[in-house]
Amino acid sequence: MAAERARALITVGLAAVATSVAVPPGVAAQDAERGKIVYGSWCVECHGIEGRGDGSAASWMLPRPRDFVQALYQIRTTANGQLPTDADLLRVLQFGMAGTAMPAWPNLSETEREDVIAYIKTFSPFFEDTLPEPMDFGSDPGGGAAALGAGAEAYRNLECWKCHGDAGRGDGQSAPTLEDWRDLPIRAADLTEPWAFNGGMGVEEIHKRFLTGLDGTPMPTYSDALESGIVTADDLWYLAHYVHSLSSGSAPKVNELIAARRVDDSLPGSLDDPVWDAVEPSYVPLVGQVIEAPRQLSPTVDGAWVRALHDGQELALLVTWNDPSESPDPAWDEWQARIARTLPTDGRAASLNRPMNDGFALQFPPAVLESMERPYFLMGDARKPVYLWHWDSDAGLSEMRARGLGELEPLGAGELTGTAAWDDGRWRLMIRRPLATEHAAVLAFQEGEAIPIGLFAWDGSSGEDASRGSISGWYFIYLEEPRSASVYVIPLLAALATGIFGFAAAARAQRRLEPAVEPAEQTA
Amino acid sequence: MTRKAWTKGLAASWIVALAACGGGGNGGAGEDTGGEAGAAAGGDAAAPAVDPATAATIRGVVTYEGVSPTMTEIDMSEEPVCAEKYPTDRPMTEQVVSADGRLANAFVYVKEGLAGEWPAPAEPAALDQVGCRYDPHILGLQAGQTLLITNSDAVLHNINTQPTANRGFNISQPQAGMVSHREFSRAEVMIPVKCDVHGWMHAFLGIVDHPYHAVSLADGTFEIASLPPGTYTIEAWHEVYGTMSQEVIVGDSETAEVAFAYSADMASADVPMAEPLVLTHGPDDGHEAAHGAGNAGADR
Repeated sequence: MAAERARALITVGLAAVATSVAVPPGVAAQDAERGKIVYGSWCVECHGIEGRGDGSAASWMLPRPRDFVQALYQIRTTANGQLPTDADLLRVLQFGMAGTAMPAWPNLSETEREDVIAYIKTFSPFFEDTLPEPMDFGSDPGGGAAALGAGAEAYRNLECWKCHGDAGRGDGQSAPTLEDWRDLPIRAADLTEPWAFNGGMGVEEIHKRFLTGLDGTPMPTYSDALESGIVTADDLWYLAHYVHSLSSGSAPKVNELIAARRVDDSLPGSLDDPVWDAVEPSYVPLVGQVIEAPRQLSPTVDGAWVRALHDGQELALLVTWNDPSESPDPAWDEWQARIARTLPTDGRAASLNRPMNDGFALQFPPAVLESMERPYFLMGDARKPVYLWHWDSDAGLSEMRARGLGELEPLGAGELTGTAAWDDGRWRLMIRRPLATEHAAVLAFQEGEAIPIGLFAWDGSSGEDASRGSISGWYFIYLEEPRSASVYVIPLLAALATGIFGFAAAARAQRRLEPAVEPAEQTA
Repeated sequence: MTRKAWTKGLAASWIVALAACGGGGNGGAGEDTGGEAGAAAGGDAAAPAVDPATAATIRGVVTYEGVSPTMTEIDMSEEPVCAEKYPTDRPMTEQVVSADGRLANAFVYVKEGLAGEWPAPAEPAALDQVGCRYDPHILGLQAGQTLLITNSDAVLHNINTQPTANRGFNISQPQAGMVSHREFSRAEVMIPVKCDVHGWMHAFLGIVDHPYHAVSLADGTFEIASLPPGTYTIEAWHEVYGTMSQEVIVGDSETAEVAFAYSADMASADVPMAEPLVLTHGPDDGHEAAHGAGNAGADR
């Protein structure tokens, strides 16, 4: 262990000496000069010519790109306030920063990565006379039930819940006021969605964040508390195990198909009906709507879980998504105002200064498709409208027809029933509707058909409504027939799995697709 | 103490005299948490000699003209442990403390005119968190001097410093009685301090290279004593009204009287803070250190 650390130190030391200390300006650094070319090709759009994190794309991002001049790096193996090691920076290039716009860079060669790191360091005077040194993180005493109990106690005693919330969904009482070092609004991490952790979701990675803190964010170091004996080394490990236990520990698998199992018994009648517990949820990732103005590149809701059942007569859906605010909530008013000041609003800033509700929508084609051509994924268009289930946290559920984003027209079909509840940073919405309908503009659900479905979500406390919000693009819902139809569905799916949306695919490509369990749901 | 190793590395290049002073004792507290602000210090044998027989004093008053902004009550209802500490006097915001035309909480220090190197006082400068507020709200200390941070509340505080010329820190103090130590290696006027758990908690640290600094008291007065006679630029910094500076000449054993006159119309959203550290070399010449254009209204 010690030898490894020593070797790492020597490597880091040599690299630092080679790139930023011993070499005089001008010559500096062959590799930094080469790195400048890499930077100009791949980094400058977001991080800016001067490395201040103010590139042309930066203003849409929250959090903003790293400012290499101030050199506050969140993900490090070094102590709080220190500079990162080269290995820390390489890690970011290798894996990206989950939960942010920073992708991994598999296209860059090892040399190019080393070079661009050398260049990035030249932006900050702090690198000129400092040799970053990794901390000693100790060793994991292991997990288990007792460890999780101790970890839960540490979560309470260390008051992690003040920001991260009782259930860990980033809805703590201090969450609405949090700001990063630039005084821009920043979310408390949703601990039930660790695939969006900037520095990785493993127990060891979570544990490192406690000791290093996330510099430039409100997340402090607990190293001092450890040294003061307020918390033990083991307790911090148990806390890491506890945080890790708030999800399945892996990114949810994304399927293009939401299966609605056919049940012989009655459909669930409430949000808390235990029948739902036996239904496997499908995870649908959501991304910001950036095609049509006003846009939202950094939305609140980044995914939803859908459970579906039917009994041959009626379809029942349970949709859950995490949203730290039950909008409108006066505690989040200032957050809403700060978001409107921070993110571009395409000229709508003034209209966002009012109480706004949360919302969710599910869109379908108005009829089962006879061809492969679905309506335009952003709520259709004049030629091909969509049929929509629209839910508003104040007005409730309604059926709509849409001919484009926000071009909503109530259908008054009155066939939807449902209920919703917000607890500890999570909305649960249950919807039921008869499969058949008399209404011409309303989809008649058919068993044994893969029916396109798309999701939308809006967080009122982040000024989201209409086109400013989260979207999924098209997925499919399949109502199971009395007998198995998988023999038809699988080839169909294979054909449809391509070409969903470029940006959504890119975002998903970063996530390791591992066996799906259902992270967010295990915390309830 | 790996954490401090790097800080010391930085410090070494800036505070050359530090090594020379060795364990050289104390020169009195450089603290100015109240009372005789910043009056002591500077008497260390290893510091530039200040002859007590000729030592000079600069003192004065910070005044304020115009309608005094209303201080607002801090809503601490979300934190009963702190709210209970204000049974009668309600906790008010601290950005402006003015009575009878006097302005408290201005940081006053010698900006230019001192020659030589002053060793950091051995005595730490203390920042306390009590009743979900910082005590003091404005604290001056010297580069290399220990900052002693105490949590006197039975709740979680985090101490998040946001310097530009120094490396910052963000410490969690989840328990009453917890104490942390840190230091800043470079002069920086001022460093914002905040608690992210309690969005209303703000403080500012003024870091200078010498012991000649003070904070104006509730009656607006300040005093900087034990100065070598000479010509100095004295600057006052206020978090709402910005900076003002003036030249002061003090002869042997003299006491110079200085007044800083702020007014309501100086309130500015762009109060000057320290300039970021500048590269000594770099691949581009484009890195400028500009940090706002200063506060033209308040700068003289």
